Amino acid sequence: MSETIETSSETITLTIDGQEIQAKAGQTILQAAQKNGIYIPTLCALHASKENGLKSDIAPGTCRICTVRVNGRTMAACTTPVAQDYIVENDTEELNDLRKTIVELLFVEGNHFCPSCEKSGSCDLQALAYRYQMLSPRFHYAFSSREVNAESPKLLFDRNRCILCRRCVLAITTEDGKQLFGFTKRGDKSGIIMDEELVKNISEEQAQQAMHICPVGAIIRKEKGFDTPFGQRKYDHNPIGSETVCTTCNGEKS
Amino acid sequence: MAQKITIEPVTRVEGHGKVTIHLDDNHQVTESRLHIVEFRGFERFVCGRPFWEAPVLVQRLCGICPVSHHLAAAKAMDMLVGAGDGNGLTPVAEKMRRLMHYGQIFQSHVLHFFHLASPDLLFGMDADPERRNVIGVILEHPELAKQAVLMRKYGQEIIAATAGKKIHGTGAVPGGINKNLSLEDRDAFLNGINGNPDLSADKMIEWSEAALALLLDYHSSHTDFLDGFATFPSNHLSLVRPDGALDLYHGVIRAVDPEGKRIVNDVDSRDYLDVVEEEVRSWSYMKFPYIKELGPKEGWYRVGPLARLNVCDFIPSPKAQAAFEQFRAYTKGKPNHMSMHYHWARLIETLHAAEMMKELLLDPDLQGTDLVTKGERCGEGIGLLEAPRGTLFHHYRVNEQDLITMCNLIVSTTNNNEPMNRAVNAAAVAQMTGKAEITEPMMNAVEVAIRAYDPCLSCATHAMGQMPLEVTLYDAAGAVLDQQRKGM
Repeated sequence: MSETIETSSETITLTIDGQEIQAKAGQTILQAAQKNGIYIPTLCALHASKENGLKSDIAPGTCRICTVRVNGRTMAACTTPVAQDYIVENDTEELNDLRKTIVELLFVEGNHFCPSCEKSGSCDLQALAYRYQMLSPRFHYAFSSREVNAESPKLLFDRNRCILCRRCVLAITTEDGKQLFGFTKRGDKSGIIMDEELVKNISEEQAQQAMHICPVGAIIRKEKGFDTPFGQRKYDHNPIGSETVCTTCNGEKS
Repeated sequence: MAQKITIEPVTRVEGHGKVTIHLDDNHQVTESRLHIVEFRGFERFVCGRPFWEAPVLVQRLCGICPVSHHLAAAKAMDMLVGAGDGNGLTPVAEKMRRLMHYGQIFQSHVLHFFHLASPDLLFGMDADPERRNVIGVILEHPELAKQAVLMRKYGQEIIAATAGKKIHGTGAVPGGINKNLSLEDRDAFLNGINGNPDLSADKMIEWSEAALALLLDYHSSHTDFLDGFATFPSNHLSLVRPDGALDLYHGVIRAVDPEGKRIVNDVDSRDYLDVVEEEVRSWSYMKFPYIKELGPKEGWYRVGPLARLNVCDFIPSPKAQAAFEQFRAYTKGKPNHMSMHYHWARLIETLHAAEMMKELLLDPDLQGTDLVTKGERCGEGIGLLEAPRGTLFHHYRVNEQDLITMCNLIVSTTNNNEPMNRAVNAAAVAQMTGKAEITEPMMNAVEVAIRAYDPCLSCATHAMGQMPLEVTLYDAAGAVLDQQRKGM
């Protein structure tokens, strides 16, 4: 599984949705698409920027919302490197329905009570639900029993909303590289755990970064909430996918 | 043969309830009850959530007055974060909240009077139900209906500008507010939203005065009905400003007995548990609060517009004050116990809200940028305010991890539980004693008695949808003798 990917100067030509594009060898399909202004949805992969504090892209390949067809085979765009003459299908009815299904499954598997969530309006999962017009549940709610971990003085970790994307595991580290978050158990018992000691000493900046990189409202800064008025939230004016290239770096790493 | 009549559900109130009226062998009313048959459980499922979510979460109790719950919870959270108990906020935060609250009072009172209550007054309690509804008002009084719609819109736009949304906003946060009022919004509210002069602050005052005049005109020609219908002596309770002024956002707890004597003398709202206790009865999900010192039999009280005007000394806005003086003079300064005068008091408050909105809009503090204040954290927060329907109590305890461990909500309609039961009984005795046949107008009369209190049954039980009416007649053995339905 690819998490960070190095690129070379070699130029590769491929097509996405019939559009011929140029990419660098080592880039993923997702990176090549973003660089060329083509939207492929992600929940786990994150493009590096000053805003999210990441020095390199992360691509855990956990959510599979970026699934595309590459020469007829379904692949995760965030973990599949580009190759010469790849023919990639992305914005198709079939794939979008598949993505909608994934979103629906994430909603029924967790306890996503959007109306009282601090991240509502800035939540990538909610925004994708709007994008794919998730209107009513196709699947039964699991009503999972999830705990809230509020031991940290600065962070609240609400497992009800966690989609196990692994962003926090990869992005939030101490200066000497220790991870504050980690995975535990397997299958339907999988979960995120926090290093209690490290999280207790998390800085204000790291707390803010952790909340920012979480695509849902699972990681929330404590004692602050609903600071952003309606109209100023991330997706209040522009739906997810309306902007595909990082405006601060124009697709280049910081 | 003894009978039991059931009206279920009650219509044109918010939420679901039913009424049972027990008749003896001689068709005399022996007992009447308003049953609240919903259960919502907010007090329980808010537990375990972080405290800053409470103002956003608990307002889902209601779609009519979510602002009241939003602000009461926010006031409790102010205490938690050390921002005082209603007096520690920055000027912009307190005034934005007050503007939000007056917008809420205004739209809710207008909704109640024009949409829910006016059909009974304009067409009469015994009018054809096909006509006695808001559509009837629109068809026969189009100008009045248009005013009602625009007045409600104005209040809702005020809420949107201060809370972020017309329903279920997020404006109030622990220790303050998350936005100020833009100059563009201020000018629109003063001069007319979207350039429409009918949606201006002055027009709201003018139309509020007209609505009050309409009711007083109706009163002059229906004096016996309005004065005598479901009238009974009671205690009255509300918050007042420490100097005795009507204050809908914050104050001390004051209550008076039927003669006007103080029985709760300006108690700090944080000490509400010293003043009020709640009783549970087996036949209703809604509790029965009473003044602790007097006990459940003598200590029940009314809240809401009528109670507020019975309790306060004056109203701090000139036009409403003049109307208040007329209101108090009508009962020679003594408390007013006439249930139908809730409408009169409600329209005086509507005028007051309109005046206060204009006053606040002209205040430059609303454009301030110091939005939030915080101090020493504590583990308990209590927030009281005067919601459109009466005094609203929110009480929370929080653990060291910031999660809510206890929540107690006494909502306005809960406070009015016993009075509403008495109003039902008074109407039933007047309408049904000695009658062998139950008619639709009789049933509506019972509903009118409830409606005067503008109850929000969904809030009180912690529902939505159509509210058809079902009436069932039982004999002494519980067998159904007759059943009538409407609107189903």
